[in-house]
This record gives sequence, structure tokens and C-alpha cells, in this order.
Amino acid sequence: MILSINDIHVDYKGRSVLEGLGLNVDRGQVLTILGPNGVGKTTLLRCINAVLKPRTGTVMVENADVFRMEAGEIARRLGYVAQRNDAGRMTAFDAVLLGRKPHLGWKVSGNDLRMVDGALKQLGLEHLALRHLDEMSGGELQKVCIARALVQEPSVLLLDEPTSSLDLKNQMEILRMLCLVVRQHRLAAVMTMHDLNMALRFSDSLLFIRQGKVYWSGPKKELTSHMVEEVYGVPVDLLSHRGHTVVVPRSEAL
Amino acid sequence: MSHFDHGQIPAEYRAYVGRKAFFLVVLTLLACFLLIAAVSLGTVRIPAGEVLLSFLGLGQDARAEIIIRSIRLPHALAAMLAGAGLAVAGAAMQSILRNPLGSPFTLGISQAGACGAAFAIMLLGTGTMQSTQASALGIANPYLTTLSAFVACMAASLVIIAIARIRGASPEVMVLSGVALGSLFSAGTMFLQYIADDVQLANMVFWAFGDVSRAGWPEVGFMSLTVMAALLFFVMNRWNYNAIDAGDETARGLGVRVEWVRLWGMLVASFVTAVIVSFLGIIGFVGLICPHMVRRIIGDDHRFLLPASALAGACLLLAADTAARLMLAPRVLPVAILTAFLGAPTFLYLLIRRRSP
Repeated sequence: MILSINDIHVDYKGRSVLEGLGLNVDRGQVLTILGPNGVGKTTLLRCINAVLKPRTGTVMVENADVFRMEAGEIARRLGYVAQRNDAGRMTAFDAVLLGRKPHLGWKVSGNDLRMVDGALKQLGLEHLALRHLDEMSGGELQKVCIARALVQEPSVLLLDEPTSSLDLKNQMEILRMLCLVVRQHRLAAVMTMHDLNMALRFSDSLLFIRQGKVYWSGPKKELTSHMVEEVYGVPVDLLSHRGHTVVVPRSEAL
Repeated sequence: MSHFDHGQIPAEYRAYVGRKAFFLVVLTLLACFLLIAAVSLGTVRIPAGEVLLSFLGLGQDARAEIIIRSIRLPHALAAMLAGAGLAVAGAAMQSILRNPLGSPFTLGISQAGACGAAFAIMLLGTGTMQSTQASALGIANPYLTTLSAFVACMAASLVIIAIARIRGASPEVMVLSGVALGSLFSAGTMFLQYIADDVQLANMVFWAFGDVSRAGWPEVGFMSLTVMAALLFFVMNRWNYNAIDAGDETARGLGVRVEWVRLWGMLVASFVTAVIVSFLGIIGFVGLICPHMVRRIIGDDHRFLLPASALAGACLLLAADTAARLMLAPRVLPVAILTAFLGAPTFLYLLIRRRSP
């Protein structure tokens, strides 16, 4: 297991948000965390990279305890792509170079610059290297943020709703590319998402949170319509279409 | 383990970074040129060659030596240091507070300094009538006034930092408490001015005009230590500020302790501002407009923005001070009046026209 989380308890303002949550992810695997709004998906991601300290629980990355690491060490092992990213007056190249921060000494080395170029090429952004972020589309900006997380050379990528504000083409492109990178570099990715169909299409396993606990987690092919109904409170049908499972809400849901 | 061995360093990026470095070199040369010009120009004109010789310790003309060593050079250096300090603090503040209108004065530090000075002039009795050539008014004990202004500046900063510690170091809390404290200290100054006698009132008003000619060598020495240390601190944090620009969450993901960087950045910016304000009075807008002018030319990358802002601030304040000395010569116009004339329209322009998408 590259990432192993056990018995996470988080309280917020005296209320219990996460109660004894755990999960495991292997190398080359994409896990998607699903659940209704406000159930604690982002909170869980923030616990994994120790931005938020849970009341109890452990997060182990490559068998090392994240809560015992200093901030730079965590950033070298876990790459985080936030849901909201600000586009300042900075070029794509410099924005990705920022991902080398956990490795940087006083000076930027040639190796740092070569890695940034490599990451931009991998994401098909090399022609935008000197474009400013505030002149980019949402999809391009999101790719820059993923490239930034990749040059951190992490073992685990954490992505908070990576496709929430993107059009269909960009959603497909980003997720396809993400799966490719995860397999190619033997990383693990944990992401949160609302779109069940995209989650079913692009992840290896799913984890549903309900009322602060893991309701169900497992390989995506074991998902049943009953589980979706229980978590979201909406009756659905699971259909198979050209080899993909799709979730379709029933009309009586409205 | 490197995932991206196939990358190269793009020539365009090298050229792009090279242009920024070139801009820094140009600013440095401009600063040197302005320093020579500022020392050379004045009621008594000293040839640039003589100024250069004097800088090298080879000055021939004894009268010119006295003018350079005891008047013009300390004033010019004070202007450069104050400009550099205020501008670099402003650039850092804009990032820390995530607010394009952030500057050291956003936190009410200048108002606190004015109030502290007014307090010293009124209640500690440092304001008196003098009949020197320079001015009919004078401050009998400049050190006590400076100290009082400095204490007030730091008190304002520490209150804001304390509030930020309690409420979490969010930019909104810092800006709003700064505005509130600024109003409080302004009211304090107005109250003191209202009950002051004529001489005290004139002294209070005069103190508030930022004027670099107050600085002698001891002030220049202290200011240079403070400004250099602050510049070093900010430059060491350049990647942290770049990360915060990308968003707090992203910065935390990159291993930046965002709250810690905010609090320390604010403390250092407040300290350097407090030193400058208490020595020279209020010099507005340099801290606001210099970083913005530099941003328009070389962008938001703090690796270049911070040193370039410092250099631009030094150039701007030195040029403004030289112009202020020459405009009404032999009378000297306080430089803050010129910088405010220059700064206020720029401020309004920035408010109306945000950066085009």
C-alpha cells in the first residue's frame, strides 16, 4: 500500500465530521471519494496532507507517518491540487516551477527547469509555457495546477474536485491524462468528485462517505444502485452502455 | 526518482528570465545615476565629476566636500533607503494581504506614527519655537519624538498581530483591523491638535510632512541596517509569497506555513515602516505605487518583484526628493507632498481599471 489511512476522527466546532474513517490505495490506482455536499470529502483530503490535524488517526505514505513529518517533507510526498486556484500575473512555466519549492535550495537548478519543461510537455502545455495564468481558460489552468503537483515528485496526488468547473471535453481530457500519469509514474491518486459517471469511468475504486463514516468502498464494478440511493437519497438505475456503467436518476426522483 | 527526464530548458524561458534580470540591472544603473544627480544638483551646483571623486574619497574641493558629506549625501541616501524600504514592504504586504491596495499604510501605521509624534510634541513638550535658518519651528528633542512615534507605530502593528493571532491570520481581519486602528489614531491626533497651542499645532503638522532632510548619518546608518535586513528577509520568503499568490490551499500543499509567513511578513513590514516613518515622517504612496509599476513591467514573480520594487522605490523617492528640492529652491518642499500628488491619481487609476483579463 502506498497510502494507508486509519481511524480518522475530525471534529469541527464541537461537532463530529469524520468518525473513524480509513482507506487504502495501491500504486497506479485512482480512488475517488464520493458523497453529498458537506459530508467531509475535502476535510478528509486536508487530513491526508496534514493541513488539518485530525483528533485521532494515522496517515501513512510509503509506511511513513505523515503527522510526524515537517511541512516540506509532506510536500515532497503528497501533491495537492486545490479546488480553487488563483490566477495571478504569472506565466505557466513559473507557476509549475513553484511545484519545485519543496525541493529548492537558494537557487533554481537546471534540473528543476528541465522537470518543469517535461511536465508541461506531458500535459500538452509546452506552447503555453510563457502565457500568463490570467489569460488561460479554466481547463488550461487546471492542467497547470496538475503539472505543478507532478513536479513535486510526490508518491500520492490529492485532487479536490479537479473537474468541477470544466466543460465536458476538458473533464474528459484532464481525467484521461490524470489516469495516464498515475499509471505511467506508478503514483496513487485520491480525488473527490460529484459526477458519478465520470468517477465510474476514470477511477479504479470508489469510496462513499455518509454521515462521517465510510458507507462503502471497493472496486467500481461492485457498485449497486442501492448504494447510490442510500448515500444520495435519490433512486437511480445503473445501466451498462458500451462497456461503461452509467448512473441514471429515476424520474420519480423529482 | 525523476518522472520528467525528457525535459529541456526552453530558450524562450531563458530569454524571458533574462529580460527580468536586465530590468534589475537597468534599475540599479538608474539608481546610481540618480544618486550622482541628486548630490550634484541644488542651490550650489557641484559638477558630477567632483561628486564621483568625492564618493571615491578623492574630493579636491573642500567646500563641495562639506556640502556632499554633511548635507546632500545623507539626504540622498535617506531618500533611497526610505523608498526601498517602503516599496519592498508594500510589495510584500500586497501578497500577504492578498490585496492590490495593500501597503504598509493599510495597517494604520502612518496614522499611529503621527499620533505618537503629536503626543510627544504636546505632552512630552518636545515642540518648541526655534529661530534657525532652516525653519522658525523646530523639535527640541527629535529623539524623544522619534521614539514616541516608533512606539505608537509598533503598538498599532502588535495590536493587529494580536487580533490576527486570535482570529486566525486572515487577510480580511488584518486589513479591517488596520483600517479601524488608522481611524482611531487619526482621531487621537485630531484631538491633540485641537487642544494644542499654535506652536505645538504647527510642529505636529510639520512632523507629519514626510521629509528626508531630517536624516543625518546616525539615522541613515540605522535605516540602512533595518532596510537591508528587511529586504533580505523578504527575498528569503520569495517562494512563500509566490505560493500564497497561487492560493492559501495550494501554498499549504506546497509546504508553506501560510499563517506563520503572514504574521512574520507583517511584523517585518511594520517594523521597517515604523523606523522610516518615525525618522522621516509620513511618506505616502511609494509603498503602494512602486510595486504596481514594477508588476506591470515584470509581473508578479517575487523573485524579481521584491528587488525590483526596492530599486524602483529608491529611484522614485530620490527623484521626487531632488525635484522637490529644485522646484522652489532655495526653499525645500517636503517630498511627501510630491509623492502624494503622484500617488493619489495612480491609486484612483488602479481602483478604476483593474488588470485587463
